[in-house]
This record gives sequence, C-alpha cells and structure tokens, in this order.
Amino acid sequence: MAEHSANSRRHFLKTSSFLTALAFIPNSVKAFYTEAKNYLFTPKNVLPVQLTVNKEIHKLKCDSRSTLLDVLREKLKLTGTKKGCDHGQCGACTVHIDGQRALSCLTLATMAEGKSITTIEGLANGNELHPMQAAFIACDGFQCGYCTPGQIMSAVACVNEGHTNSVAEIKEFMSGNLCRCGAYNGIVESIMKVAAK
Amino acid sequence: MRPLNFERATDLTAAVKLKTNTKQFIAGGTNLVDLLKKEIAQPEGLIDITKSLSTAIVQDEKQIHIGAMCSNTAITTNSAILNAYPLLAKAVLVGASPQIRNMASAAGNILQRNRCPYFYDTTTSCNKRQAGSGCSALTGEQRMHAIIGYSTQCVAVHPSDFAVALAALDASVLAQSATQEKITIPFADFHVLPGETPTLDNSLPENAIITGITIPTNQFNSNYAYVKLRDRTSYAFALVSVAAALQLKGKKIVAVRLASGGVAAKPWRWHVAEKFLKGKTVNVAQFKKAADLVVASVKPLEHNEFKVALLHGAIVSALTEAAKI
Repeated sequence: MAEHSANSRRHFLKTSSFLTALAFIPNSVKAFYTEAKNYLFTPKNVLPVQLTVNKEIHKLKCDSRSTLLDVLREKLKLTGTKKGCDHGQCGACTVHIDGQRALSCLTLATMAEGKSITTIEGLANGNELHPMQAAFIACDGFQCGYCTPGQIMSAVACVNEGHTNSVAEIKEFMSGNLCRCGAYNGIVESIMKVAAK
Repeated sequence: MRPLNFERATDLTAAVKLKTNTKQFIAGGTNLVDLLKKEIAQPEGLIDITKSLSTAIVQDEKQIHIGAMCSNTAITTNSAILNAYPLLAKAVLVGASPQIRNMASAAGNILQRNRCPYFYDTTTSCNKRQAGSGCSALTGEQRMHAIIGYSTQCVAVHPSDFAVALAALDASVLAQSATQEKITIPFADFHVLPGETPTLDNSLPENAIITGITIPTNQFNSNYAYVKLRDRTSYAFALVSVAAALQLKGKKIVAVRLASGGVAAKPWRWHVAEKFLKGKTVNVAQFKKAADLVVASVKPLEHNEFKVALLHGAIVSALTEAAKI
C-alpha cells in the first residue's frame, strides 16, 4: 500500500505537470497534431460488403471510401481491370455492372453490393477466348495493352447494345475509352468483326 | 478522400430524414465520387438514395415525368421520350460517355458541378469552392468559360447538355423539402447565376431531394436540333451548344425555343431571338438575324471571344437543321 501511495503521488505530479504543459500548447499545434494523426492513422469506416464478381460471391470488409476498382485490384487480385486516370475520363476501368458497362473507378464498392459484376477475367469461356478478345488479337486492336481490358469490356457492351451500325456509330459509342497508342482503327475493326457474326 | 459514414435510405421519407448539412446524397456518383477523391466535396457521410427514388418515365396528356433515379441512358432509349420529346434524347446522347450515361441519374445530371479547371485544382483559389478566396479564372485561362451572366466572383459554365434541352422545353424540377413537403421549381429558376454567391449552383432548398423532372406536352417533336461544338467530336464538354425547337404551320414559325449551353452558369434561353422568330417564315436569312440578336447580348472574356462566332454559327445551324431546310 505504501508503495502504491508513493506511486500515486508520483503519478499525480507527473500527470498534473503534463496537463499543465498541455494547456500551454497553442491550439494551432494541437490542430496540427490531430491533422497529422488523421493523416498517418486515418480513421476508417469499415463496412461488410458482399460482391458478386464473375459469378463468384465474395464476402469482404471494405472501407466506405473504397472504389469498386480498388477492391477488384487490391482485395480480389483481379488486376485485369486497369486504373488509368481514376477520375472517369479514360475508360480503362470499364466493367459490366448488371450487364451494363460502367466505370469502376467512380463506383463505390459498397454501392455495387447485390449487383452482378463482370470483369475482363470473366469474359473467356475456360481457355477459349471471348470472340471480342480474339478479334482484338486478330485485328491489332492494341499496342501497349493498358487500355485493352476496358476497351474490350466496352466493345462487348457496344455490340450487345446494338450500336454497331456504322463506323461513325461505333466511334461515338466507344468514345469513353481512350487509347494513347492510337489503336482506334484496329479497335473499330475488331468490333465490326464481332458484330458481323 | 476523407473518412466517410455510409447510410442507405430505403425510401424517400427515410432519405430526407437522414439528411443533414454534413451529409450528401449519392446516386450515380459519376461527379460526386470524383469530387470526394479531390476533397472538393468533404461531407462526413453519404446517403445512398439509389433505392429511394423512382426510375420510371411516365407520360400522360399533360406532361412527361422522369423519375430522379432514371439513368441518362434510359432517357435516350425510352420510347415516350423518343416519340414526344426527342430533343431530350438527342442532348443526353452527346453528353458524357456510354459508361457514364449508364451510371448517372437524371437528377444527378442537373446537379453536377461545373468543370472549371480552377474549381478542380485545390492549389488555386476559387470562389465557388471556397467563398471569398478569389477567382483564378478571371485572371487565368478562361477559354472554356462564360460569355454571359457571369460576375467578378465566378465565370464558370454549367456543363450539362440535358439541362439545356430541359431549359428549352420549359421543364420543372420536383423535389421533397427537408420538412417532407412537395415543391416544384420551374427549370428557369433552378440553376442560379454566380452574382455575389458563387458557391450556390441552384435554388434547391437546403436538404431537399429531387424526386423527378416534368416537361409539359409540346409540339416540338418534329422540328428540333441539338448542335454541340467542342474540342473533340465526342466525350467532351461543350464550348458552345444550341438546342433549337420549332413548331411550324407550313413555313410559318408558330412557336420557337432556343437555348444554349457552354455560355453561362445556367442553361441560357435566348428569349429575344425567340420573340424575333415567332410568326416569321423559316429561312436562313431570318435565322442569321436571330443569331445576330443573340450575339449582340453576349460579353466574352479575354480568352473566349471565339465562342461568339461559334455561337452565331451554331444557332444558324441548329435552326436550319430544325426547320429541315
């Protein structure tokens, strides 16, 4: 008990002097400390998210801020879907959500719950490439290949939607997918080839 | 992106109940997620309203009602819209990309923020982003900016094409207020000019939610055009756009609607030109005179005088296309 009370006295002196010192720290320093703490140890809001990707159900825990793109790539290791601009301007992250093409970089993962997501990995039938994948190879629809998964997902949707009546229509309905190598002619040719089948 | 709470609203009443000043509604997310990433929008929480709003398009003899959650793609494929309000579909189709049109909602389209590069660059000052910080565009690059209705506070333009068609067709915005009352805002009063309050984009009351958009029945489904001029043929915001709609009796113009995008902080109706054209016979000379009246009223900035010539040409083209001459 004696030891304990000695400890308590020391503890009291220590804490009271610490608190006094703390009171003298300007608010700006405290605000900076909070800001730095939030930056280094970001408080997260983690949500349970169930995603159906390529017909497989995944039960995950995701930050409320996570985009579908980041969850596909970082958590599910489906790295076929590419991060280009991450701002909805390039189309590299195009996936199908309930059969419709959409940008996974502008979709919050939690909002994709209950929907059927198809990525480039889900297109092939076993070892047999999807006709659009085969057409891109046959028609030189790519050079560096970075935009290709997005282009192919968009191209498949373009055919499904029936927007393949002319080269001009294909170009208009593929304008959300940019290709910095300029493989556009091969891409249009690939789409015409698949649409003709 | 800052940490976010996330809630789902099961219906309209719940959505309004959950809403506070520190939370934002999210539907398609095509603009908001980007704004969150750049920390231009900094809400403490999001309310998912995708299940609380209608996706239906319902037509009766008086009007057509487009549910707030109706996708932009659905507007371009709906048979009632294609038959009776084809100008709407035409305008939506030249906006954004197929991916974005699939995701974006009708209400989200008209609520989207402007695309001024300084608004998006948080290292620069912007009165719309932070009141009183100054307008970088005023002394910087204003190639894409307004030529009418701007103030010394803000010179940004509204980016929506859908909104230009809605302005031309005298639409109304239906909303539910924070106290669960139904409100109607005429489209002409929906978007607001920057004036001294550039942070405000529109007149939607605080914490209200848009439930739908209505357009009165009209006779503009035969003679209409939407001309959009931009830096590339597709997937770009307008430098200048023109929605033109004519109701003709033989060669005589019985009624006319003329509106533009890319010129102001709101879709701009050219009432002077409409008044001039009403009762006239359709011919290109008259359309040029109408365009003259329009360009006489604009005041370009240092870097966007080229928009005046574009606008003149776009008006003549749109009216000519609408008149089918």
